[in-house]
Amino acid sequence: MTLEIKNMTKAYGGLRVVDDVSITMEDNDIIGVIGPNGAGKSTLFSLVTGFLDGNSGSVTFQGKELGAASATVRAQAGLVRTFQVPREFSHMTVRENLMAAVPDQLGENLLNTFFRPGQVARQEVESAAKVEETIAFLKLSAVADVPSGSLSGGQKKLLELGRALMTGAKLIMLDEPFAGVNPVLIGELSEKIRELNARGIGFLIIEHDLGALSKLVHKMYVMDRGRLISSGDPAAVLSDPVVREAYIGGGVT
Amino acid sequence: MEAYLIAIGIFAGIYLLLALGLNLQFGMTGLINFGHVGFFCIGAYTSALLATNGVPVALSLAAGGFAAMLAAWPLGVVSIRLREDYFAIASLGFSEIVRLVVTSEGWLTKGVQGIPGIPRIFPGVSSQMQSMLMFGLVMVLCLLAILAMRRIVKSPFGRMIEAIRDNEEAVRSLGKEPAGFKMQVLLLGSLLAGVAGGLYAHYIGYISPDQFIPFITFQIWMAIIMGGVGRISGTVAGVIILMTFLEGSRFLRDVAPFIPEVAMASIRLGVIGLALMLFTIYRPQGLMGDYTKR
Repeated sequence: MTLEIKNMTKAYGGLRVVDDVSITMEDNDIIGVIGPNGAGKSTLFSLVTGFLDGNSGSVTFQGKELGAASATVRAQAGLVRTFQVPREFSHMTVRENLMAAVPDQLGENLLNTFFRPGQVARQEVESAAKVEETIAFLKLSAVADVPSGSLSGGQKKLLELGRALMTGAKLIMLDEPFAGVNPVLIGELSEKIRELNARGIGFLIIEHDLGALSKLVHKMYVMDRGRLISSGDPAAVLSDPVVREAYIGGGVT
Repeated sequence: MEAYLIAIGIFAGIYLLLALGLNLQFGMTGLINFGHVGFFCIGAYTSALLATNGVPVALSLAAGGFAAMLAAWPLGVVSIRLREDYFAIASLGFSEIVRLVVTSEGWLTKGVQGIPGIPRIFPGVSSQMQSMLMFGLVMVLCLLAILAMRRIVKSPFGRMIEAIRDNEEAVRSLGKEPAGFKMQVLLLGSLLAGVAGGLYAHYIGYISPDQFIPFITFQIWMAIIMGGVGRISGTVAGVIILMTFLEGSRFLRDVAPFIPEVAMASIRLGVIGLALMLFTIYRPQGLMGDYTKR
């Protein structure tokens, strides 16, 4: 089991924004999390990735209880998230963004920078080669040297996925990867996710584009007002009357 | 006139060391340090006290830089994880504490009387030669600092601090801890400020607490903002602009001799303030700012 979220709860005062949510994910799963705005999906992501502390509940990743591990430690363990509003390093180019994500860089230590420049330079060449592969894979070559702040919304989503890949993530949590992305690019992005999944990377995806999501995921969870109200096969979930009542209001797009 | 220009050159070099440190901290990393003068003060007092008690000047200068760096460490430990604006307040408080300690611990620092008779760096030469050698030393140190900054900018470390400036949470999401990088940047900037403090103390030969007021910090801030935040060339340009205003406004007296000395000091400040405002309105990226980005 890759990821086990157990009884996760987060309350602000009396308001339980995430209420006793449990989700389990097998290796190589692609799982969707849907729900109306304010259902607590992004908060759940922050809890799982250590950006927020929960009131109760636990997260187990690849057999290890994460406890109070920081966001940094969780990411190092291979549990990497993206953000609903992309957080690219806006003054840096696409290539620099990806280079920054490479783990264990010698040159990130000032002493190595000054006293072991040869080794640092060699590692930079290796990292640059990996970055080129990622750029080619995500078809970002045309904008590789553009400051990432000037990319389109879809390109920023791709860049965030690329950065997550560069870290060597084992499970990538995507927060609305299709929001603001044109339909053609959504198709391509879905294809990339399938390809990466075939290489062994798991995905947990928050998304409002139910049409695109239901084609992609193996299983879907539905949240409403902090609670899980339904889960299972995408088709079954989308026709569940409880879900239609809470979220879709009658029609599936 | 020549002696005057050399004196200005020495001060400009000392300011440049301070500004390069602050540019690394704020310009490249986004660390808002309002307490830079505190490290300048620690460097000056450490070097002055050691040298007046017989320690060789070269050693005392190095000790000044090291002491400033050492003093930055506890500040970093308690406050580097604060949000940037809170770190600004903590660092400003730190520099004021340093000044108050120096003022009140008279047994060590001679309090408000200050420390006179700080040995020159080059003993046994004429005062003109002293200035020339001092100018040379300051310029060499500035050059070394600039080369070090360039190396940093081009390194993976430089890339990571730029990423931290752009978005700290995204850095954490990639499994990197911003605090460690910010700490190193704080220490390095303080080392530069400490060395600058030592040079200052030995050059003017007398230091007292009222030379280390927060206004010095903000002069350095003005320099890097006017020159272009985050760029080494901008830092150099900014210091030149600052010195031009600081010193140039002195000559206003020749043009307008009827203005009393006290009013003149205020006018000089006003002129710099006006320049800063005009820069932020018409050239927000500074003189050497990067116009391809932002």
